Amino acid sequence: MKSLTMDKPDERNRLDAMKQGVIGKPLDRPDGPIKVSGVAPYAAEYDIANAAYGVFVTAPIARGKVAKIHEDSVTGMDGVIAVVADERFTTRAAQGTAGEAPEQGPGEVDYWGQPIALVVAESYEAARDAAQRLKVDFHADDLADIPFDPDAVEPEKDEGQRQGDLAHAMAEAVHSVDRTYTTHGHASAAMEPHASIAEWQDGKLTVHASLQMLNFNIAELADALDLEEDDVRLVSRFVGGGFGSKLGVSQDVVAAAIAAKQVGRPVKVAMTRQHVFQAIMRRSESTQRLRLAADAEGRLTGFGHEALVSNLPGEDFAEPVTQSSKFLYGGENRLLRIDVARIHRMCAGSVRAPGEAVGMTALEAAMDELAEQVGIDPVELRLRNIPDKHPTKDIPYSSRKLAECLKEGAAAFGWQGEDRKPRQRREGEWWIGTGVASGSRVHNVEEAKARVTLRPGGTALVETDMTDIGTGTYAILGQIAGEMLGLDPKDVEVGLGDTDFPRGPGSGGSWGAPSSGSAVFLACEALREEIASLLKGEEGNLTMKDGTAVVGNTSRTIDELLGGKELQRTGHFQPGKTEKEFAAASYGAFFAEVAVNDWTGETRVRRLTGAFGIGRVLNEKTARSQCLGGMTWAIGAALTEQLLFDPRDGHLVNCDLAEYHVPVHRDVPECEVLLVEERDPAASPIQAKGVGELSMCGAAGAIANAVYNACGVRAYSFPMTPAVLLEGLVEQAKA
Amino acid sequence: MTIEINGESHELPRDPRVTLLDFVREHLKMTGAKKGCDHGQCGACTMLVNGQRINSCLTLAVMHDGDSVTTIEGIGSPAAMAPLQEAFVKHDGYQCGYCTPGQICSATAMLQEIAAGWPSDATADPTDTPKLTREEVQERMSGNLCRCGAYANIVDAIMEVAEGEAA
Repeated sequence: MKSLTMDKPDERNRLDAMKQGVIGKPLDRPDGPIKVSGVAPYAAEYDIANAAYGVFVTAPIARGKVAKIHEDSVTGMDGVIAVVADERFTTRAAQGTAGEAPEQGPGEVDYWGQPIALVVAESYEAARDAAQRLKVDFHADDLADIPFDPDAVEPEKDEGQRQGDLAHAMAEAVHSVDRTYTTHGHASAAMEPHASIAEWQDGKLTVHASLQMLNFNIAELADALDLEEDDVRLVSRFVGGGFGSKLGVSQDVVAAAIAAKQVGRPVKVAMTRQHVFQAIMRRSESTQRLRLAADAEGRLTGFGHEALVSNLPGEDFAEPVTQSSKFLYGGENRLLRIDVARIHRMCAGSVRAPGEAVGMTALEAAMDELAEQVGIDPVELRLRNIPDKHPTKDIPYSSRKLAECLKEGAAAFGWQGEDRKPRQRREGEWWIGTGVASGSRVHNVEEAKARVTLRPGGTALVETDMTDIGTGTYAILGQIAGEMLGLDPKDVEVGLGDTDFPRGPGSGGSWGAPSSGSAVFLACEALREEIASLLKGEEGNLTMKDGTAVVGNTSRTIDELLGGKELQRTGHFQPGKTEKEFAAASYGAFFAEVAVNDWTGETRVRRLTGAFGIGRVLNEKTARSQCLGGMTWAIGAALTEQLLFDPRDGHLVNCDLAEYHVPVHRDVPECEVLLVEERDPAASPIQAKGVGELSMCGAAGAIANAVYNACGVRAYSFPMTPAVLLEGLVEQAKA
Repeated sequence: MTIEINGESHELPRDPRVTLLDFVREHLKMTGAKKGCDHGQCGACTMLVNGQRINSCLTLAVMHDGDSVTTIEGIGSPAAMAPLQEAFVKHDGYQCGYCTPGQICSATAMLQEIAAGWPSDATADPTDTPKLTREEVQERMSGNLCRCGAYANIVDAIMEVAEGEAA
């Protein structure tokens, strides 16, 4: 095992010194052919003999108790095997990285739509039918006693992060902005609904599930069932999208495991789309007050970002709205805080880019107002406010390409920043305008292990429980190993998504690639040391390329060196002092062109350019796709996506894909993605940072600013549906 | 009652509640067609029935006596991919891959619909022959959701194949 704790920046840039020339290249995904042919297996698709079907029954009350489940109302139905309602059932998904069971005990209901029982039957149709017919008595709490509205309860107050005197700075400022924004909640809405097939063999449990973080999930599942982790195996080789919704072990996993034990045969639980919407995780709605105080040139002297978000009682997670506000811009007088309202909507948790996805939207909209007041190009305003020193901590920034992203993005977009007067361009019914925003997302790494095996014949095998949720893990880990070991990535097999493999932190927080990628890198370094010693040389003098290892004048193929045996090493990466000693983040800039219909208030995004500094790019094609994905999400967050809850009983009204509006093909224009050249030695030993979340952090702000530039209406409520813009459009027309 | 799927004949199920999608996935164990919503809202289950694309979750298997169905498994295999499948790989027209079989089945029929002169909302004059433009493709593919946000790449892949066939 070769271990490395990240206690200092890795300036060696070893991947750049290697000779295979595959790192960063826009290679096709190795898993592409099986995905496009429909043979890549997702959780519910394993052909496990004699599996029965389980369908959840959920609570039609917001809070209360299950009084009685009348099993006999369905047990006589054709095909029904059992009604399973076990006190160990988890009632919510675990929060990301929890590593312990989430809330258990389905008899206590905390939100509308909470799973309370599982009907198991011979067929899906029989299970569904019986689940709909199961008679359940509830003791429902009086609706008048249950808080549903985050604005109507006294929130848990956050002490906040305070420095200087923001109120004084605002009073003294030459220019100031004090605005309050609201954002609706979001759903991850991954295309594959959560699903599990559980089977027991000789006291050991195997679950094929759709999960992002197996190393945490196995602990959560074992804790829920009071099992040893050694008696549990989780498999998630292909995950049909996650976006945070599959960070924590979900209710289907635990229910399938318990039901399989009870009925003595494997059980498959594929949640319905409605159940996923109602019972997994929501991004909290937010109310955000932004206060920006600036001098005559627009340099920030005060910075306030205060948010109100919500969650169920007892949940630690609070949408970290101010996460990037801690370091993105200067201003010595500061106040950042996040208050939490305890309400009985479904559980709030991580949805792609928790925090920045909505926090950066509001911040960047406020920055646009400040630029207008100061009378300068909003790109220039942002450049002026990139701080030399961290605003509150005595630590340096790691590599930071915000200025480069703003400048290169502006050039690629054809940004015109001098005259920003709105309502200047009209095409028929449509106002046309442009907007800009900065992008920022904190950088994280986590402990990760990976095993790499060199095999006779000159191929390699990479194994880790890291997942590929569409991010391109299969591609990038093969490229890292290929680069380090001098192999064509086609000759590197990558095995993922199985807790039998060395463990890592999984997919989340954009840390998967830098963490698990670093573990693969370390395993390969250890293999290179062994290969060098077989050649009686130093690893530093070793060149590996196209299956051949060379030290000095000695050249041997890997196949020859292995002598018919495998050579295996494990890499172990751990975060270290750099986490605290540097402010590390990935940065970007967004430029949008929109058309706003003067009569209907409909907004169409016509162009979107994003420039990103993500450290080393591991695969240009999959990195670009991640960016396109985030920018697409931003279009949804800006214009259409909103979770709507019934104020009377807290139930989620728009709990399917017809009523919750994710962007569709026609909503998304051709998008331009620039990946700015960067190595961040403080970020990881492979100088890479995260990418999947950054690409939506701020982009909705650019769209909002473009809406203003187009039609002269500032939106303070997201999404900017026609209803949000129409009143302003009418006022503008009268003015 | 029988149904032909990718050229092979199968007995239809006795349970009238079984959708075409569940019949293919759960009974025949061909899981290329995906279940994303079960309500005809996402397009992941798209199959070709007698050459036309449909949401297979919205139709019961027993309604298809004598029909001929093509699923993604009938379009191509990893070793012998159809041009659209190759183009999706080349253009990274997917991420998680869950909507991908539906996108490809849908695109296969969609290009035939344009060729047959069917108008869409993006066709300026419905009495004209529709042209093969990005906007036409985007409009006609809008019933196939992709939450990963691979749309731009999917359209690139479809356009490349369509333009290659047109040339």
